[in-house]
Amino acid sequence: MSRPEDTLPPDLHYNDSEAKKYTTSSRIQNIQAQMTNRALELLKLKEPSLILDVGCGSGLSGEILSSVDPQEGGPHIWVGMDISASMLDVALQRDIEGDLMLADIGQGVPFRAGSFDAAISISAIQWLCNADSNDVSSTGRLSRFFNGLYASLKRGGKAVCQFYPKNEQQRTMISGAAIKAGFGAGILEDDPGTKNGKLYLVLEVGGDGGDITGVVKGLDGVDVVDARRKHAEKGRKIHKGSKAWIMGKKEQMERKGKVVKNNSKYTGRKRKITF
Amino acid sequence: MKVLTLNFLTCAVKACKSTSTSFPLHPKDCEMVSDTIEPNPKLLYNILPRVNWTALLTTVAELGFPELPPNPPTIEELQADEKMTQELHTLLLETQISEGCLVCGNCGHAYAIKEGIANFLLPNHLV
Ligand SMILES: C[S@@+](CC[C@H](N)C(=O)[O-])C[C@H]1O[C@@H](n2cnc3c(N)ncnc32)[C@H](O)[C@@H]1O
Repeated sequence: MSRPEDTLPPDLHYNDSEAKKYTTSSRIQNIQAQMTNRALELLKLKEPSLILDVGCGSGLSGEILSSVDPQEGGPHIWVGMDISASMLDVALQRDIEGDLMLADIGQGVPFRAGSFDAAISISAIQWLCNADSNDVSSTGRLSRFFNGLYASLKRGGKAVCQFYPKNEQQRTMISGAAIKAGFGAGILEDDPGTKNGKLYLVLEVGGDGGDITGVVKGLDGVDVVDARRKHAEKGRKIHKGSKAWIMGKKEQMERKGKVVKNNSKYTGRKRKITF
Repeated sequence: MKVLTLNFLTCAVKACKSTSTSFPLHPKDCEMVSDTIEPNPKLLYNILPRVNWTALLTTVAELGFPELPPNPPTIEELQADEKMTQELHTLLLETQISEGCLVCGNCGHAYAIKEGIANFLLPNHLV
């Protein structure tokens, strides 16, 4: 079966008729509900929370967030971002409670630092691996998304993103971008190897930027995406003012939500004195 | 869009991220609606510490709503004050912008809101 991601950009794929077909299919409704409930289980929210739904579509997940029982820490409120006006239109008709925004997550997450308790994303972020024009790259879009997501979550906030990578390369590209943004990350796979296999990227904003892979280590079947090699490299002495030092600082600033200049071949170069 | 959400939104333009004038976005020509939402005091207690009160005062003034106290209530005060809880619930969650736009105080970009949905799509060179 061909992947819609490889054929059209998301806002064109999810047009009026596809959005309606998608939302009214009881098979899809069931699968999306199952995955949303699984994501909620992984988020372990203990009190009514403010949640960001990334690629919220017609609000199938949001509906579940709004109806979590008080005994289970709900109900939550949510803000959904989606790039398809048609999907959002169907959401409106279904009278959901969350706030909706027409937005491209590859352009970032326009909320101030520490806004959300948690984020959820069901079957959406693999779309970021396909950049549809030549003035944008998928790596740039992934990094804008994960940097923005990281900054928009409160300390200790978690995000669970179920996604459908096309292959191993996309899987690593996505989890790598999340780790680079500063998240402690793990990948959980339900029913691995079957055609119903589901991947969940479980992310946490750590308290001190230390080794936070422990968040997901305790869970069954979680494959911790290890950032330790990076740490080992960090152990090497990096000279203050060197290119590596500057790149490190820039990454650190970006994680804090600061604006930094894009890296170029000139980054960290000694400038000649000219008159 | 809820007044609460407006309190968290910033301008999406890259050059505006480091400026303080890009928050809060300023509602312009807005039509408001009110939606009944089940009171959820625990949610209020959870999010109130994260609400930027100064920005909220600005928003309330710009929308022409009755003035709020200059400082946010503490959780204890809120727990003891049913009327205040109800008022904040109404303002933050039930009061919503249905039409109009949100304008950035730094770059002047206007994000249109239609049927409650804000359009944050930008040309690629701005992000
Ligand atoms: C398979 S649907 C899932 C919708 C919803 N999360 C659900 O579970 O029903 C994928 C959604 O991702 C959205 N999407 C894809 N790329 C996006 C982007 N760059 N920014 C925002 N949304 C995007 C699509 O518009 C679509 O609504």
